[in-house]
Amino acid sequence: MQWNPETIVAVAAYTGAGICMGFGAVGAAIGEGYTAAQANHAVSRNTDLSGDIFKNMLVGQAVAESASIFALVIAILLMFLNFQGAPLIKAAALLGAGLCMGLGALGSGIGSGLPGGQACFGIARQPAVTGRLTTNMLIGSAVCQTPAIFAMVVALLLIFIDFSRLPLQPGWAALIGAGLSTGLAAIGSGYGGGVAAGASCEGVARQPLAVGPLTTTMLVGQAVAQTPAIFGLLVSFILLFRGIPASESLAPAMALLSAGLCTGLGGIGPGIGNGQVAGGAVRWVARNSAIAGDLMRVMLVGQAVSQSTAIYAMVVSLVLIFVV
Amino acid sequence: MAIEGADLIKAAAFLGAGIAMGLGAIGPGIGEGMTAAKACEAIGNNPNEAGLLTRTMLVGQAVAESTGIYSLVIALLLLFVV
Repeated sequence: MQWNPETIVAVAAYTGAGICMGFGAVGAAIGEGYTAAQANHAVSRNTDLSGDIFKNMLVGQAVAESASIFALVIAILLMFLNFQGAPLIKAAALLGAGLCMGLGALGSGIGSGLPGGQACFGIARQPAVTGRLTTNMLIGSAVCQTPAIFAMVVALLLIFIDFSRLPLQPGWAALIGAGLSTGLAAIGSGYGGGVAAGASCEGVARQPLAVGPLTTTMLVGQAVAQTPAIFGLLVSFILLFRGIPASESLAPAMALLSAGLCTGLGGIGPGIGNGQVAGGAVRWVARNSAIAGDLMRVMLVGQAVSQSTAIYAMVVSLVLIFVV
Repeated sequence: MAIEGADLIKAAAFLGAGIAMGLGAIGPGIGEGMTAAKACEAIGNNPNEAGLLTRTMLVGQAVAESTGIYSLVIALLLLFVV
């Protein structure tokens, strides 16, 4: 049976669209469910505030939803753009784009739900600081969305760049690897950022006077939790834009695919771990803001150690790309 | 396309190196994160013992790191030795 390149590109585009929306729907739904669950819990605790809690729940859920809206946009682009006359290598790029955005929406969707839920619960505890809680929730969940935005950037590059000059072998592996690297690495960073933001909303409700140090600690912690996603983005860009010599053998292709997988998978754990560290530090800044400086220092040391495995993974990826 | 045996073995070693280091990095990252989160909470609870708590955290993390280092060693062996 012989297929022409157009058929294979169309198959890849539709498969990519399915993977993209399928995975992309998981995270946001879990995150929004958590927000709604906490909102119900909060209303049962303080029925008079149901209007405020309801409003805050909807705003929080809308931010968490954006991750899956990105996935929807990419899936629609994959289905309805015209790829007629595209070379065979476009098939790999489109499959990579679907994988990247689908996986990349998982962590940000779940993560963004956590500050939403904690802010709803916080309103029931401390109605006087409703405005601050909503602001804090929005800042925190906006940072959680950045890994999903990285994934969308890589997916759009994979869809719109003309790869016709890239050799099919091993170019296909570089393109799928580029998608996997950012997509997988975004899972940990998105979720980790959410843990930090959730703890910060909980902290504002516990001690509204500490809102300054709380927001600072949250943002620093989230920034460190984002680094695995940035490593993933870096490896994706190298795979996308580095000229690759044509080769008939299988080994160079597997080295490029493996480089993407390595940084991607390796970013999941450190992203989640760094978020947990930031969450722990933020929770105690609220209880004891006099030692916010000490907590920040311990948080950064702890995060640096937790980060090390992401750095090993990136080193192995760079060796796979540049040395072997 | 005919794939030679030596090429297939190299390809498998490269893929194995990526999977070993990628999956191997997940556990230490999460585990060390838990350790450091609890250390932050403990220092918040008892700031006077910050030095002792940081030391305990670092030793605990070093042990949790070991599996990540095993993965790194295996990945480098697959890349350069095998």
